Amino acid sequence: MTATIRAIPRNTVSDAAAEAIHIEDLHKTFGTLHVLKGVSLSARDGDVVAVIGSSGSGKSTLLRCINCLESPTSGVIRVNGEEIRLKPDGNGSTVPADRKQIERIRSRLGMVFQSFNLWNHLTLIENVIEVPVSVLGVKRERATAEAEKLLARVGLLEKRDIYPAFLSGGQQQRGAIARALAVQPRVMLFDEPTSALDPELVGEVLAVIAGLAREGRTMILVTHEMKFAREVATHVVFLHEGRLEEEGSPDALFSSPKSERLQQFIRRVG
Amino acid sequence: MTESLLLPLAQTGVFELLAPTPPGWGGNLLRGFINSMGIGMGAFALGLLIGTGGAYGKLYGGAVLRDLLKVYTTLIRAVPELVLVLLIFFAVPDVINRTLDTLGYRPIDVSGLVAGIAALGLVQGAYATEVLRGAILAVPQGQIEAGRAFGMTPTMLMRRITLPAMLPFAIPGLANLWLVATKNTALLAVVGFNELTLETRQAAGATKAYFTFFMAAGVLYLLLTLISNIFIGRVEHWARRGLPPIAESR
Repeated sequence: MTATIRAIPRNTVSDAAAEAIHIEDLHKTFGTLHVLKGVSLSARDGDVVAVIGSSGSGKSTLLRCINCLESPTSGVIRVNGEEIRLKPDGNGSTVPADRKQIERIRSRLGMVFQSFNLWNHLTLIENVIEVPVSVLGVKRERATAEAEKLLARVGLLEKRDIYPAFLSGGQQQRGAIARALAVQPRVMLFDEPTSALDPELVGEVLAVIAGLAREGRTMILVTHEMKFAREVATHVVFLHEGRLEEEGSPDALFSSPKSERLQQFIRRVG
Repeated sequence: MTESLLLPLAQTGVFELLAPTPPGWGGNLLRGFINSMGIGMGAFALGLLIGTGGAYGKLYGGAVLRDLLKVYTTLIRAVPELVLVLLIFFAVPDVINRTLDTLGYRPIDVSGLVAGIAALGLVQGAYATEVLRGAILAVPQGQIEAGRAFGMTPTMLMRRITLPAMLPFAIPGLANLWLVATKNTALLAVVGFNELTLETRQAAGATKAYFTFFMAAGVLYLLLTLISNIFIGRVEHWARRGLPPIAESR
């Protein structure tokens, strides 16, 4: 089940590339609801893994388990070779055993949320420098200089002193991507980054993500944008009802899906 | 015109009565006012501290802490403030001194100011707990989650994200509490603390000019509220800087 064998990746990554994310037999239940039923997945440095599947298939939960925003019920998660230590929480699930470890791992994972989640009380540039300054201990001047470069890159430098509520959804999401990039993440985690956007704003955000993929950033991308997944991903994973139903190169998966469920899914979402 | 209005006042000796130096009583009133302000500010500050801790405890604390806080807010909000003030004003110094005595220290003299701040602060804390709890609940959950996702420690999350983000939702309630705090200081007149109301009563009793002195005290309380309102308005404007104007979101 593990995604180690794959077709030629688009980014020229040698097989020796280090494993950035490794997930093994991950289970997650919410009460009686069994959301993830033993998912295994791995991504090497430079991989762009697109996770697709219909609503309720567990793809967002899978992503949120990587940085322990959801604690898995059971299973193994390794980030950059370091296993997240979990302990039983007494209710049949787990909680991170070492808060310091999970905070350290999280600070190097750039999470981008469906609903942007920029901090409303901070201007755009303050949002971008917040984590480098508060969590990573970067000097404010250096963080600001870096943040300006990142904002220029996502095309928002002239909006640096604007509060998020005064920006469009697309601008907020590009700002959120800049915030995630500011931590110099080993892996970027995208949780349906365009699902909350008006259709005409989707393109500008996808363009930024595609640019990141081209420069060989490691990314896990939960998305409903099939065309986009096919274009940028090096590897596609199809989840169905909490199980990894099929995975492979984007061409293989979209052109000749093997499982009947994936065939149905592709027909439905086009 | 003004003179003809003020003339009757001057004839009854209002200005002499309110003169800041004896035989006028204005100085006493001002001293009482300053004492009231001190108690009010101290009680409000203590209430904010208790309220912040209480709100966090109620939201994120363990079962025992949550129950204890529930008992605290229920009891304090159930019992009339005057009863609580009488209880705390006399009981707290007594408890402190008994404790010191058991530990083998000499008893200390707990000043009326400290006892007053403790009494009103504990009352304020119960209400502030609920105001701040509501404000924290009003912060979009995603913003707190974003802080967690980037590896913030719980204290950093509180300091950098939750507290500043909940401030705009807390200010109307906290402004209420501040105005209540300034007026609750009058309850301390009952226990003989020389705040504005007690000073006023003494001046009025000595001169029999009840109307004059209680009107003067009323004006002082009103001025305090008016000045507070200007200040609160500015703080609220600042706290809402990241939120869209009300007119636009209507």
